Amino acid sequence: MASRSADLEVEGLVKRFGEVVALDGVSLDIASGELLTILGPSGSGKTTLLKVVAGFETPDAGAVKVDGIDITTMPPAKRDIGMVFQNYALFPHLTVARNVAFPLEMRNAPRAEIDKRVGEALNLVELKGFENRLPRQLSGGQQQRVALARAIVFNPRLLLLDEPFGALDRKLRETMQLEVRRLQRRLGLTTVFITHDQEEALVLSDRIAVMNRGAIQQVASTTEIYERPANDFVADFVGESNIFHGTVTETGSVTLESGRRLLITHSAPVGSRVGVLMRPERFGRGPNTFNGEIREAVYLGSSLKLRLACDDGLELIVRLPVTGPLPASGSRISTGIEPESIHVF
Amino acid sequence: MSRRLLVVLCAAIYTFLMLPLVVVFPISFSSALYMQFPPPGFSLQWYERYLDDPQWIDATVRSLYIGGATAVLALALGVPLAFSLARGRFAGRLLVDRIALAPLVVPTIILSVGLYGLFAKLKLIGEWYGLVAAHTVLALPFVVLVTVAGLRDFDRALEQAAEGLGAGRVQTLLRVTLPLLRPSLVSAGLLAFISSFDELVVALFLAGPNMTLPKKMFDNIMMEIDPTIAAVSVMQILLVSIVLVLIGRFGRGLQGSAR
Repeated sequence: MASRSADLEVEGLVKRFGEVVALDGVSLDIASGELLTILGPSGSGKTTLLKVVAGFETPDAGAVKVDGIDITTMPPAKRDIGMVFQNYALFPHLTVARNVAFPLEMRNAPRAEIDKRVGEALNLVELKGFENRLPRQLSGGQQQRVALARAIVFNPRLLLLDEPFGALDRKLRETMQLEVRRLQRRLGLTTVFITHDQEEALVLSDRIAVMNRGAIQQVASTTEIYERPANDFVADFVGESNIFHGTVTETGSVTLESGRRLLITHSAPVGSRVGVLMRPERFGRGPNTFNGEIREAVYLGSSLKLRLACDDGLELIVRLPVTGPLPASGSRISTGIEPESIHVF
Repeated sequence: MSRRLLVVLCAAIYTFLMLPLVVVFPISFSSALYMQFPPPGFSLQWYERYLDDPQWIDATVRSLYIGGATAVLALALGVPLAFSLARGRFAGRLLVDRIALAPLVVPTIILSVGLYGLFAKLKLIGEWYGLVAAHTVLALPFVVLVTVAGLRDFDRALEQAAEGLGAGRVQTLLRVTLPLLRPSLVSAGLLAFISSFDELVVALFLAGPNMTLPKKMFDNIMMEIDPTIAAVSVMQILLVSIVLVLIGRFGRGLQGSAR
């Protein structure tokens, strides 16, 4: 399948439902062939954004552009966008083959071409031999694959996935994530993926756009989002985190609200108010030391998760490698962190 | 204990409902010349009499096509109405909803008298299509109720999916919505057919000399009592039973889930 993947641009999208502002000035640029995940809690407006892009909702303000052409008011049928719905939305009265053939039939493709392309698409999602089954005769993962095949069979300019793996169990979800990633790379298909699962976002994406309350909080690469979040919300929503606030008292040092001083490498101007993020797995040794009492210890197999009450009043979540027997809660521990492992925002 | 009581109660009700059939079926095969139960012997004479009498056949055929036309017309009017009631948002929707179901509430005799006056002026008395129009009014609530129930359960993401995949409004309706609604439409149409096929009161007023099967049966009882009526009843019961079986097989009830 020759790719005719396009770039997508949304500009200043606003959408209100009565009093609720679902989209509050959302702008995004997605390059051709890129996989961008929109990550946010439920009610953050991510599904509304997808519906506006697909054409099922009309924005109150702003524009959607594909390859620079404004499609904001174009009916969904004319947009050439493949979409996988949350519950797959397979047509229950049609066989697998007829489901996948549907978009081609709507485009009046010749019978021979339809058969060929349906075969190719089913091959791609490894569902050869299931042509004559009905959707209800398939497992959740298989239905998911049919939905995916149906969304890509007509060679769309854009692929939208709305929390497609929500209903699958963990193992299957991981398999499907890798499969989508592989397929997307192979087809070079511009893809917008929606999820509330930050782990899924990290696995799949080229870039992640974190959304909250109808606004984009940060758009960046996966490592950037995790290592250098732009604000409290992103730091808190993606991964486990220890977040504190303080003031830069001198270059290379920040004083937290509790009075505790931390060495940092960030060159924020003296006197500025900053947020400080320390990821639990970054603790070990370093010039910033913490002494305290273990309040809770959880064995996670590959690591140990501790809730630490420090002597200077800070509460920390710390992940440490498992070395010996599980430390008892109430026992004392000393740990540290390097200045370069502390993210300041 | 309470379970046993329930079984007994159900059995009693079932027997009460079925008892007439126990009488009607044997009498239709009676060798006697008048209503007599239990029948003295077996014969097919009443079925022969029914089949040999052009008046009975006429009435049956007329009832069949009036019922068929009623079903078609009730679907043609009721399905769009159901769509607007289930999905539309317009002023007076609730009022339209009530009016659509009014024929269930208004006594048929009142409707018949009113229609008689109107149809007399319009010279529709005795015309089969006049009766179709009247029966459609009675059948409409069934079609609307069944179709609205079907639409309530309908997953509209399927329509969005179809549109997103390139189907226009009409294509979505024809390729996705109506096929998925088919069980409801089958039920609605067959119920409309039965409601017309069984209908007597309106037919008494509006049919004139062109009798439907129920009216012919009624007149027959007034004139002469012989077991032909039992034979006709058996045929009618069988036909309606077949329709009900069809509903069970291809249609869906008001509460039934969509597969």
